[in-house]
Amino acid sequence: MSQTLLERAAAPAARLMLVDCDVHHALRSPADLHPYLSQRWRDHLKTYGSRKPTPFTGASPFFKSAPALSRKDTWPPAGGTPGSDLAFMQEQLLDRYGIEAGMLHLLSITGMDQRNQDFGAALCRAINEWQYAEWTQQDRRLKAAIVVPGEDAPAAIAEIEHWAGNRDFCQVSLVTHTIEPMGRRRYWPIFEAAAANGLPIGLHSSGSNGHAISPAGWSSFYTEEHHSIAISQQGLVSSLVCEGVFSRIPALKVVIVEAGLAWVPSLCWRLDRHWARMRDEVPHLTRPPSEYIREQMWFTTQPMDEPENPDDLRDILSWLGWDRILFATDYPHWDFDDPDTAMKVSLTEQQRRMVFRDNARSVYGLDK
Amino acid sequence: MSFPTTGAIDCDLHPAVPGMRALLPYLDDHWREQVVVRGIDGLDPSSFPVNIPANGRPGSRPDGGKPGSDLALLQQQALAPFHTRFGICNVLYGAQSVHNVDLAAALSRAINDWLAAEWLDREPRLRGSIVVPIQDIDLAVDEIDRRAADHRFVQILLPAASDAPYGKRRYWPLFAAAERHGLPVCLHAGSTFRHATTLNGWPSYYLEDTVAMSQAHQAQLLSLVSEGVFTKFPGLTVVLAESGFTWLPQFMWRAVKTWRAMRAEIPWVDRAPSEIIRDHVRFTLQPTDAPPDAAMMARTIEQIGTDRFLLFSTDYPHWHFDAQAALPEGLSPALVQRMLIDNPLETYPRLRESLP
Amino acid sequence: MSKHVVATVAEIPPGKRKLVTVRGRSIAVFNLDGEFYGLFNRCPHQGGPMCEGILTGLIQSNEPGHYEYSRAGEILRCPWHGWEFDVRTGQSFCDPSKISVRSYPMEVAPGQTVVQGPYVAETIPVTVEEQYVVVEM
Repeated sequence: MSQTLLERAAAPAARLMLVDCDVHHALRSPADLHPYLSQRWRDHLKTYGSRKPTPFTGASPFFKSAPALSRKDTWPPAGGTPGSDLAFMQEQLLDRYGIEAGMLHLLSITGMDQRNQDFGAALCRAINEWQYAEWTQQDRRLKAAIVVPGEDAPAAIAEIEHWAGNRDFCQVSLVTHTIEPMGRRRYWPIFEAAAANGLPIGLHSSGSNGHAISPAGWSSFYTEEHHSIAISQQGLVSSLVCEGVFSRIPALKVVIVEAGLAWVPSLCWRLDRHWARMRDEVPHLTRPPSEYIREQMWFTTQPMDEPENPDDLRDILSWLGWDRILFATDYPHWDFDDPDTAMKVSLTEQQRRMVFRDNARSVYGLDK
Repeated sequence: MSFPTTGAIDCDLHPAVPGMRALLPYLDDHWREQVVVRGIDGLDPSSFPVNIPANGRPGSRPDGGKPGSDLALLQQQALAPFHTRFGICNVLYGAQSVHNVDLAAALSRAINDWLAAEWLDREPRLRGSIVVPIQDIDLAVDEIDRRAADHRFVQILLPAASDAPYGKRRYWPLFAAAERHGLPVCLHAGSTFRHATTLNGWPSYYLEDTVAMSQAHQAQLLSLVSEGVFTKFPGLTVVLAESGFTWLPQFMWRAVKTWRAMRAEIPWVDRAPSEIIRDHVRFTLQPTDAPPDAAMMARTIEQIGTDRFLLFSTDYPHWHFDAQAALPEGLSPALVQRMLIDNPLETYPRLRESLP
Repeated sequence: MSKHVVATVAEIPPGKRKLVTVRGRSIAVFNLDGEFYGLFNRCPHQGGPMCEGILTGLIQSNEPGHYEYSRAGEILRCPWHGWEFDVRTGQSFCDPSKISVRSYPMEVAPGQTVVQGPYVAETIPVTVEEQYVVVEM
């Protein structure tokens, strides 16, 4: 056992219970979905399989820094990929850190960006069934996102309505690499359905849409692709705001997951300044863009930004609003944030409770 | 408010090409005929439609003309109020989006000739950026080599987004030429539309496209650093124009964090990306994307960690401030002085040749 | 400080390591080509179990597109965040900004192409006494 585990075991009573807003469970293999797929789709999965606008059937062309994107110490001793073994996740994450609720995000396999849309819809249903049966019902600390085939609004709405009211599901998840900017009207009915059912939208960087990873084209390195997550979420947030999604659906809540958050204030400043000179193009925006962001959006902390001077990050957090911030570990990924050591900004007791627990309980309705 | 000094150097002005007619004298017989016979016109870039109020401040349009197309108005509105000593002209016309590379080269050359004859020759305070056909790197280098002898051209102008991120090795001959001639390379906001303006495709609104331009700049900066352009070309300076800069601190924090994890992927990056950026990259002032309060601006600049990064610009005739309120709140007097004069002189060595 | 036997020499062949707890602290002893080196199993970055990370060679470059590979198996990658540490010295291979509130001295020796940073993992003196591997803590 490491030193830190021994230290923690010595003082469990002092620990603040946490909500971890980004936990990655995983399939051991796509065959795990077989019980939840019809024979037709089981066969399809085995043969034609997952098909997206990407060049390889088995990997992204931006190879990650570690196998399964994961910490080497998260490979379960009993076998399987990181995040696929509930018992090991309980030991290594939930029990170890005193996590009272963990928000699950499945990154592979995704249904929404499947080029075969019927297959994608079937996958989404199967994933949600699998999450319910094998995760959230097995450990009540874990909460799932309703994975929806978001390029097909009616199918996505049907999936939301199928699970709405089931308290194991705390949010609706779309991939972030959508065919059109996510604020565009083809997605509005999905947001309306989520809001009508009291569910936030959780947006974890994921999926493939065939567009270059930046407006400047295709980069070369994972170094760039990894950072581009933060850059691309700027465009996503812009779209939701400028298309009027928030002004249209005042009850809608959106959580941006795993993009860090230090980029948010400067995006707000840029949006506000340009909106001030181009208000006539977007009359449906009756308030500065930053107001919508600071009222209807939340942001998880991981990967925690690391300025040389930690106080520089406090400026960002404070400007954003202490109620906007949701702590996340991103377990089991290689750039995991440890709840005890990742937050180098010194927080007041109240700020700590908000960031590590209370904001999440409020956004996800855990106290209802 | 009267401008605090004389001798300011405006690093981003936009004389406007009135239309292809204006370029005809500067095309050879073949291309002049092609333009006329085929009706080649309408190359105002979609990144800056000329009728949008934000793209033409009040009073910048001559009767029936485009904002920025009249020298007298530019002198009155851009140069006089700021006691400007030098103004650098970045001509935004669509040569760099054309698919026929020979046409692109002919148009680029014509734009540069037009700028020299009708602006630089007539107004001694003006300087120019070399428009190059980025679509074909050899032709781009030809234009640089051809133009470099005229020392009124002080930098090379590229759009912020074209076919691929500029750190890619296929672009390196251009950086070699830039370094050889002592010319900074300017990545100016705007896209050739080879890729959608966001990675999720085409937003509905021009407002979004405008805001998204800084995402292209950020991706380009990441590319230049990660690909080792500044390792390979240590004498190179890159200027980001109209990119904003208040996103720079968090960008640097994230770039350094990623580099620490991924150093082995890009081992030629021999020091922190933040250091590389401080040494090699400069940013024009307008549009500023200022935070709502001066204290936050001051903190942001402190976090950037150098006073050498900022270059004064009005971005005339683009409309980002009213009257002469070109300086945002929160800049120290020392930074203002550096921004107005010292930083531009350091960045553009050719400007110093005109000093007494 | 006192001496502790952590293993027999035979238990840690070249290229291998052993993780042990000594005086309540988790450490690892590595065998690099017959020489033993000790590190505390706590990354100076966020406290991760760095000694469980993979061992790689050192990749250096003076020119984009050129890769110089050396010191196979001597660089430890912390499994959290991937920072590279020289097993022999504990020195990390990343360099934060020179604008720093922490004034660690930073040195680049002539001819070195990898800048060494102020984040240093704690090393442990290791000796071999007869057939035993001994640490001093």
